Amino acid sequence: MPNPNAYNDQVVRLFLLASAIWGIVGMLVGMYAAAELAWPALNLDIPWLTFSRLRPAHTFGVIFAFGGSALMGTCYYVVQRTGYTRLALEKLATFTFWGWQLVCVLALVTMPLGITQSKEYAEPEWFIDILIAVVWVSFGAVFFATIARRRVRHIYVANWYYGAFIIAVALLHIVNNVAVPVSMFKSYPVYSGAVDAMVQWWYGHNAVAFFLTAGFLGMMYYFVPRQAQQPLWSYRFSIVNFWALISVYMWAGSHHLLYTALPDWVQSVGMAFSLILLMPSWGSAANGLFTFNGSWHRLRNDPAAKFMVIALVFYAAATLEGSMMAIKTVNSLSHYTDWTVAHVHSGSLGWVAMITIGSLYAMAPRALGRPAMYSHKAMELHFWLHLTGTLLYVIAMWTAGVTEGLMWRATNPDGSLTYPFIDSLLAIKPLYVLRWFGGVLIWLGMWVMAWNLWFTASDARRKIIKPSMVPVPEPEPNQHPVPLPVAS
Amino acid sequence: MAGGYKYFEAIEKNVGLLGVLTAISVMIGGLAEITPLLMRAHEVKAPIHVKPYDALRLAGRDVYVREGCYACHTQMIRALRAETARYGHYSTADESVYDRPHQWGSKRTGPDLARVGGKYSDEWQTVHLRNPRAVVPESNMPGYPWLSQAQVDPDEITQKMKVLRTLGEPYTDEDIAKAGAAVKGRTEMEALVAFLQGLGLTNEPLKTAAAPSASAPGAKP
Repeated sequence: MPNPNAYNDQVVRLFLLASAIWGIVGMLVGMYAAAELAWPALNLDIPWLTFSRLRPAHTFGVIFAFGGSALMGTCYYVVQRTGYTRLALEKLATFTFWGWQLVCVLALVTMPLGITQSKEYAEPEWFIDILIAVVWVSFGAVFFATIARRRVRHIYVANWYYGAFIIAVALLHIVNNVAVPVSMFKSYPVYSGAVDAMVQWWYGHNAVAFFLTAGFLGMMYYFVPRQAQQPLWSYRFSIVNFWALISVYMWAGSHHLLYTALPDWVQSVGMAFSLILLMPSWGSAANGLFTFNGSWHRLRNDPAAKFMVIALVFYAAATLEGSMMAIKTVNSLSHYTDWTVAHVHSGSLGWVAMITIGSLYAMAPRALGRPAMYSHKAMELHFWLHLTGTLLYVIAMWTAGVTEGLMWRATNPDGSLTYPFIDSLLAIKPLYVLRWFGGVLIWLGMWVMAWNLWFTASDARRKIIKPSMVPVPEPEPNQHPVPLPVAS
Repeated sequence: MAGGYKYFEAIEKNVGLLGVLTAISVMIGGLAEITPLLMRAHEVKAPIHVKPYDALRLAGRDVYVREGCYACHTQMIRALRAETARYGHYSTADESVYDRPHQWGSKRTGPDLARVGGKYSDEWQTVHLRNPRAVVPESNMPGYPWLSQAQVDPDEITQKMKVLRTLGEPYTDEDIAKAGAAVKGRTEMEALVAFLQGLGLTNEPLKTAAAPSASAPGAKP
């Protein structure tokens, strides 16, 4: 019988565990795929181990399995605590957990088997897409029903971002995946050619915007003030950034198609909005960083806070880079090269993974009924492994990208091209090895985290019969306008 | 200012209002950019030399899609000098009207393939697909030897063409009736090579097809 006076942390713990496991799995696939680019013999002529089939498994594994589980888990954790209420529709919440895990397993099994739409970041076939839509709508129902029964009037800003993340991802997923099935394992999209390209990158870019940005900003807006132990630097600024971010992001997708056969006006609109986007992006990053003002000494001995601060620095850096890459002149050099890969990973390893890891380290002891994580040293080790790995990865891919871009466009005085294509590959091969090594460090860090979580959970594992309950505190009657997220 | 904030507070305390306004905000961008394309999509007609994929090439296209070739190969030559010098005439929107999904790609670990058709012999393509390093020693492309063993399923191709016709591809009854026989006994390797050899076949969009309204509004040099 669920105790209405305590938070439902059971589903949070499940997502926490899933997130740690998917992080290791998704990054293992990524590491292997990176090794295949450096040493192609590793493809072994086995269909399901081949780079082109593993690559979507890596992206799905880290974005939707690792990131998705972390987002849903933290979302359930945050919405209960900021609303001073237990989760609504608890059975549906448990369904969202098992449903999402089923989605991840199905996707990660079918894609290497060649069952794929080959739409970048939306590879799973139609039957998985339907399941995703069902789970997602249930997730939205649990979230909004919990907000509706909150016991404070004000809706804390973290929930705004989680809400936008849920609404927008539903919209993007459904519109992008409209397809007519041919058989169980094959379908054709209703869009073709240029229209499909536009829809796909409207989706692809905003999967970044709402899955990898808005959702994780929700995480940031709760866990950063908690970890700095003081209120947000400016609450009103976070609201302004919210409306700017969600309305501007949706216009920027066409910057993925500059100089292509997409109509010129759409390209220019995409570029203009990408530049405007820098303002709310930096606004959010600044707001998070300034929240640590007066609290910087915590960085000395709080690895979770360290992860969060570096995450915000990477967020600011990656969004600046993104806006610059959306400028047509820069894009003509960077597009199609490994610079894009560097940009994605400085965003995903620097921003997304670090804010997630920081939040997990902040949340795990509370959700598991412990005063702190099992090992402080292990958290420090993880921080340095992750940071070193990310920097190696990103610097290697930046160098590779610029090298490719310059070699592809180099011409001799008579106007002929200087290099055949293969020369650009030869030039960057050592960098593919360095990138792989960076990935290995990051992956080892994930193991350190998993080990640490396992022992932090040892008490909770023993109490499986009588799980520790975190009581719902009484809200202060007239919190206005901003409730500082309360301790556990 | 204080008065303005009062109205804002209404949103901060009302989850329904917050949800609706969020949904509206996120929809505007997509509506503004995608709707005009959808409305004009019927104007972008395939030029006369771009035909829907015949049965064998369709099978090859779907092998290309299944294996995920888009992860390393683009089919979109940008309107930039260095690109047209390397790959040929820039790609136009009307050339990909039959691509479901589009194969424009986003990354070139290998070269662009939009106009690869006819650049190499069928034998070269087959050997290269089986083991790329047999012909390009420095290549890091995976081999796809299993394609030589797998047969194209005639019934599946017939079914696929029927579905594609409902989506607008102009297949005739005769095309569909002959589809099964056209692929019977052919391997997936043969299908994929046929697809690759058909890419950008003329290596140049027909000049006559460049009626201003129809052909790719954005594809000016």
